[in-house]
Amino acid sequence: MIGGLVQFAYLIATALFVFALHWMNAPATARRAVYAGVAGMVLAIVATWAQPEVVHHLWIVVPLLAGFAVGVPLSRVPLTAVPQRTALSHAFGGLAAGLVGTAKYYLWFGEEAAQLTEFRTVAIIAEVLLGFLTFTGSLMAAGKLQEVKWIPQRPVTYPLQNVTNIALLLLALGLGTAVVLDPTAPWAPVAFALIIVLALTFGVLLIIPIGGADMPTVIAILNSYAGLAAVAMGFVLDNKLLITAGALDGSSGLILAVIMCRAMNRSFTNVLFGAFGQVQQAKMGGEDKVYKPETIEGGAQVLEQASLVVIVPGYGMAVAQAQHKVRELYDQLKKRGVTVKFAIHPVAGRMPGHMNVLLAEADIPYTDLVEMDEINPDMPQVDVALVVGANDVVNPAARTDKSSPIFGMPIIEADRARTVFAIKRSKNPGFAGIDNELYFSDRTWMLFGDAKHVIGELVKQLSGGSGTH
Amino acid sequence: MTPIVLAEAAPQADLWSQIFVFMLASFIGLGVIRRVSRLLHTPLMSLTNAISAIAVVGAILVAGPDYPIGTRVLGAIAVFASVTNIVSGFLITERMLKMFKTAPRPGEGPRP
Repeated sequence: MIGGLVQFAYLIATALFVFALHWMNAPATARRAVYAGVAGMVLAIVATWAQPEVVHHLWIVVPLLAGFAVGVPLSRVPLTAVPQRTALSHAFGGLAAGLVGTAKYYLWFGEEAAQLTEFRTVAIIAEVLLGFLTFTGSLMAAGKLQEVKWIPQRPVTYPLQNVTNIALLLLALGLGTAVVLDPTAPWAPVAFALIIVLALTFGVLLIIPIGGADMPTVIAILNSYAGLAAVAMGFVLDNKLLITAGALDGSSGLILAVIMCRAMNRSFTNVLFGAFGQVQQAKMGGEDKVYKPETIEGGAQVLEQASLVVIVPGYGMAVAQAQHKVRELYDQLKKRGVTVKFAIHPVAGRMPGHMNVLLAEADIPYTDLVEMDEINPDMPQVDVALVVGANDVVNPAARTDKSSPIFGMPIIEADRARTVFAIKRSKNPGFAGIDNELYFSDRTWMLFGDAKHVIGELVKQLSGGSGTH
Repeated sequence: MTPIVLAEAAPQADLWSQIFVFMLASFIGLGVIRRVSRLLHTPLMSLTNAISAIAVVGAILVAGPDYPIGTRVLGAIAVFASVTNIVSGFLITERMLKMFKTAPRPGEGPRP
């Protein structure tokens, strides 16, 4: 009886999760998605907890309260820190899956060896491998995003790196096969422990060679792994709710990773094993290029007289926390009848959709946030393109320079606008270590300085001037 | 010998139904997520994080029953990790979604 009720509750929870994701297709219905998700989760937890075999309630209540105590502050981080929070939550997801798999294996090994069927053992090993490699990999990613001191930001490469990684993975898979063939052998628990150690190591090594610009893709891939680890747990525990919810998460991560890769014109393998972000060999022998600086007054004047302004935000905007100043500039220009749009590149920032969230936080209506593919045809009609902390995503070398590491990557064609203003902190190249031709174009004028400061000055200039224009 | 054959046939059948569920759920996921607005990719990620913390179900089933203490400790840590994801995932998704607003309709005038 209770078993039937539990399955029924799981069925409803599954439906609620599918609806939740469906409602995410538009901002207008998205809030409902959260409520559906919470309802499904509460239902699933209550149904599971109500099963008669669950007798040690304190063992659930205590970690549950601890989870609340950590989870609530984690949900209040500043929005610029959302990428590392997301990476951290993938780590937690991976850890949970890995621990449950480990607990189940040793439990069955000790007490009910008959439970360790071939299929189950395969699933347990998949769960533990995916879980633990996601755990350390996501911790590394979170550390890099948080700029923790002892984790190098720049990609780290060493000789035979890929060979080492693949060898480690093959070793883990070999041990896994051995355990599957004889899960109750006396050496099997040792082999199983070795698999855990290998998975933990592999996660670290996988993320070491990855640089900041690739984080959106890597976070999406880790998202997918965390989902697949939950699926494997579902196979182990014969639980269809875990399988469906995990599959939804896994496919979400997969789609995001594909979108990110396409937006960079690269493949999965290239992101994971390519060690992108190496400083490019300095290209010598070119003529000396010069920046054309512009003053705040001059910049404000041009902006004021424009009728269509497109702002291209990038990670630099997040670093400078300039989104609120950007909003003030947006308001000032709107007041003068200037149309202002934001051009959002899919990989701008450090995770999928990062810029949208920051601009929404600054109260900019999402109807003015335009995707790259939609804005590019209009670029020649744009009077001013204002580049705020974006670099590689507006680099025309992606179109023209076959030797550039970003050649072929779709970009926001800011260089086709009538005038380009680029705000840049210093004269150094961007994250990918590539010089940006845009800055040397005839139409480009540079505004040097901290993004927040420069935009603040522009706003001051505009509001101080003829407000009744 | 018959009982043994039956005993082996049952888990086998279940294995296939699990794989069917996985495949179909993946197709649903791919179909639904493809239509998610690109504006919402960050909240989508935190929402799917929270949903995949459904692993809490497995964790409860390891921490709660009368198993050896080592098993339960691993389960309890897994419950903690999953609940952290559930709580922070749903709360931050809600917090981010609240920020997405449309422009004021014409007639409402410029925003303060």
